[in-house]
Amino acid sequence: MDISLAEIYGNLNLVIPEVVLFLFACLIFTLAVTGKRSAGMLAGWSFFALAVTMVLVLVIGRGTAFGVMFLADGFALIFKIIILVSAMFAVGSSVGTVGRLPAHRGEYFGIILLSAVGMMFMVSAGELLSMFVALELSTVSLFVLAAYDKRNTKSAEAGLKFVILGAVSSAVLLYGIALLYGLTGTTQIAAIKKGLQELYFLTGGFPRGLFVAVILLAAGFGFKLALVPFHMWAPDVYEGAPTPITAYLSVASKAAALAVFLRVFFGGLINAQEVWLPVIAVLAALAMIVGNITAVVQKNIKRMLAYSSIAHIGYILIAVVATNVRGVSSMMMYVMVYLFANMGAFICAIAFSQKTGSDQIADYAGLSRRSPGLAAFLSIFLLSLAGIPPLAGFVGKYYVFLVAIEQGYLWLVMIGVLTSVVALFYYAYVIWCMYFPKEGDYPTDTVPVSPLLRLVLSVAVVGVFIMGIYPRPFLDFAINAARTFLP
Amino acid sequence: MSGILSLMIFIPLLGGVVILFFKQEQKSLIRATATVASAIPLVLSFIMLAQYDPSTAVMQFVEKAPWIPALNVNYHLGADGISVPMLFLTALLSFVSIIASFGIEKRVKEYFAFFLLLQTGMMGVFAALDFFLFYVFWEIMLVPMYFLIGVWGGPRKEYAAIKFFLYTLFGSIFMLVGILLLYFSTTPHTLSFLELIENGPHLPQGLQILVFVFFFIAFSIKIPIFPFHTWLPDAHVEAPTAVSVVLAGVLLKMGTYGLLRISFPMLPYGTNYFIWPMAIIGVIGIIYGALVCMAQTDLKRLIAYSSVSHMGFCLLGMAAVGSVAGIQGCLFQMFSHGLITGALFLLVGVLYDRAHTRQIDAFGGLWLKLPVYSGVMVLFVLGSLGLPGLSGFISEFMVFIGSFPTFTWLTGLGIFGVLLTAAYFLRMVQRIFLGEFNTKWEGKLPEMTFREIFTVTPLAVLMIAIGFYPRILSMWMQPTVENLVRLIAR
Repeated sequence: MDISLAEIYGNLNLVIPEVVLFLFACLIFTLAVTGKRSAGMLAGWSFFALAVTMVLVLVIGRGTAFGVMFLADGFALIFKIIILVSAMFAVGSSVGTVGRLPAHRGEYFGIILLSAVGMMFMVSAGELLSMFVALELSTVSLFVLAAYDKRNTKSAEAGLKFVILGAVSSAVLLYGIALLYGLTGTTQIAAIKKGLQELYFLTGGFPRGLFVAVILLAAGFGFKLALVPFHMWAPDVYEGAPTPITAYLSVASKAAALAVFLRVFFGGLINAQEVWLPVIAVLAALAMIVGNITAVVQKNIKRMLAYSSIAHIGYILIAVVATNVRGVSSMMMYVMVYLFANMGAFICAIAFSQKTGSDQIADYAGLSRRSPGLAAFLSIFLLSLAGIPPLAGFVGKYYVFLVAIEQGYLWLVMIGVLTSVVALFYYAYVIWCMYFPKEGDYPTDTVPVSPLLRLVLSVAVVGVFIMGIYPRPFLDFAINAARTFLP
Repeated sequence: MSGILSLMIFIPLLGGVVILFFKQEQKSLIRATATVASAIPLVLSFIMLAQYDPSTAVMQFVEKAPWIPALNVNYHLGADGISVPMLFLTALLSFVSIIASFGIEKRVKEYFAFFLLLQTGMMGVFAALDFFLFYVFWEIMLVPMYFLIGVWGGPRKEYAAIKFFLYTLFGSIFMLVGILLLYFSTTPHTLSFLELIENGPHLPQGLQILVFVFFFIAFSIKIPIFPFHTWLPDAHVEAPTAVSVVLAGVLLKMGTYGLLRISFPMLPYGTNYFIWPMAIIGVIGIIYGALVCMAQTDLKRLIAYSSVSHMGFCLLGMAAVGSVAGIQGCLFQMFSHGLITGALFLLVGVLYDRAHTRQIDAFGGLWLKLPVYSGVMVLFVLGSLGLPGLSGFISEFMVFIGSFPTFTWLTGLGIFGVLLTAAYFLRMVQRIFLGEFNTKWEGKLPEMTFREIFTVTPLAVLMIAIGFYPRILSMWMQPTVENLVRLIAR
């Protein structure tokens, strides 16, 4: 396909937010090497950078740039907002963590911004190779961040594990892309759709190679999403990585991976859904079952949240069975509600470990006495994750179950609701520890929460309540975004 | 008065939020706020009764506004002859329970905030006419209940709290799936109770059976019906007194209310398909609950199991779907059991506060030492075992009249249950109030205080009034029940 110069350079303004964020990342690297800067100052700059980018994302128009390589549609917009908000949460909650690092503070924040740039390109990718490059930019940044606390062997182990398994999964993904290219002669998602359709009409069926490609792509994305059975890395990495990075990983990186997954499967492979839909439905069921049941036995809150986030991806993927506007918007809605509740829960864990140095659930005993506010906030986030109304998590779950029932997937919804009872058990167990301790079984000194973390937590709590009680604007936003994605 | 239902639902919540801004030490201020926040709904419920038109079955005080248009969710409230008595009962028992909770000294602020949140949920369930809204109110109660049992409860409170939470959630998720199935069964899709009731007979039979089973699981765990009742004795025994009162008086009624409001009119085929199993389970509950009561040594556990038995009557009555008397008997039983068992739990609390034990064998001869307490307690016990002239008799009698034509032999067995009820209650009265006085308690058991008498008085008055003149209750529900019978027969 010939693309004129005007098409390539005509809409360059659409990438301004990404470029600006990249320049800010460079600025923060420069600040860091030109003197010893405080973590607070660097975080402030990073936050400013993300806020500016957010404004730019919101005001910049819609369209495509670089031919069809870069799509700035409503779909990308909503995921960019999710990515930027979770990056803001990560930056805001990192100050205390980074303040204790001996060196390389600036790089920490710079790399967060770089990974956000990568994710923003990912969700806008209309072509598989640029998507892959963007994906690598974000994952390589995350490798570094996971291993950032290098004196801690767990963090180092997390980084190494992440690198090796990440590299394997990238290779698998790339092979899947190559197969698709082989079948259709293009890497543009829209053209792949057309190519497969022609292939279907010519031969009266889909070639075997497509099955292999689907399996490879599902495995590749499955790794990024931490889907069972490609989830083995997640608990170790989540446990070892600095907690703000864990939170960021569990939301932003999953949201970005979900977006490209949808771009490829709902965009390029939509007509071949009979091939992949059953596979994804089974993967969703596995994720809910394995994630929730394994979470029950966890003693470490970060590992517990890791398994719970595996389960949540399962809930999101329930909606994959509905390849329509409702399905896509329900996934977006779920990611939004999950963002606030999950970020909030992790930030509570950060606040707790800053004082106590522990991530063990048993050490949360008596937290309701030691820090009533923190205990109340953590309870709210956990109850939202459990899907108890009127908190946000309920709306998210309700909507994905709704679209799946509409498609007649009762068995998938039954697995979803039954595993959410299991989920309630481990979330309520943490609350149990905090509120119903045996007398005299716990230290009585208070657990202070820094004003900054308090602010961040308040934002998350307000989000959880508003999206639960008045979800209308968020739902309308998601539905409109889904309309730009699916005709 | 428009918006009266919203006010009744949300004023307690507002009070709870206000309480959160007080300091833990301002106990009397917190108690006063909680009292006001639960007294206003009670006053409003009188206004509601005054304005309610009992001659029709249509929904009154209706409020409707779009809430989440993308999902067809509306904020939709209304009350008819089934819900009006329950709303009144909820307002009354909540107010009484708040007064009865003045003795709580531990974390007073959180206690009353949770209690008022619980009241909001209870009121909402009885007023909601939209499935989403109903489910939200239904679930919103789990969290305060979990904390109320878990923090302020007895020795095994943690176990009881989580058991309650998991059991009820397990039930409600089935309801959620049932809701979604119903939602897609109508065109245009709707969550409105009224539209779904309208559409009831047009649903495919297989779907009706499936959804009925899903709803039945949810509601029967709440009621609770044998064999889903095991959470109840644990929750009751460990819960603080006032929580037991609303648990027995209001929360259990939500299960039967749900069946009458949702399952029966929306799924007429499913209902008629399952009347025999329902009647059988009901009678098993009556007999089993009564037999288990015989073996209890703990007074509170005894009353908890008596609830299992009494709610069995409700199920038997409503299973007689063709008769107005059966369903009205079920509603009478709901109301009367709320009054009587609520009062019994209050009275057990009175004794426990003084003696710190509830073992039936630990007492004896209390009648001579505590004449007022004993008199009141025996009055309610007689009400509970169905003495003519008190409300319990009326409800059981109506249930039997309703169920006898359809389930003749089962009703006979159920009547045998009344005998067992009398047996275990009289045995309890004999051990606690008659016989030798246990000298261990000499001088340690003061008579009931004015506050304690005040809390049980309205319940006693209503119990006697309904017993002598049942029309003061039946006048509200008559047209609605007749309409319901018609809806089920479609």
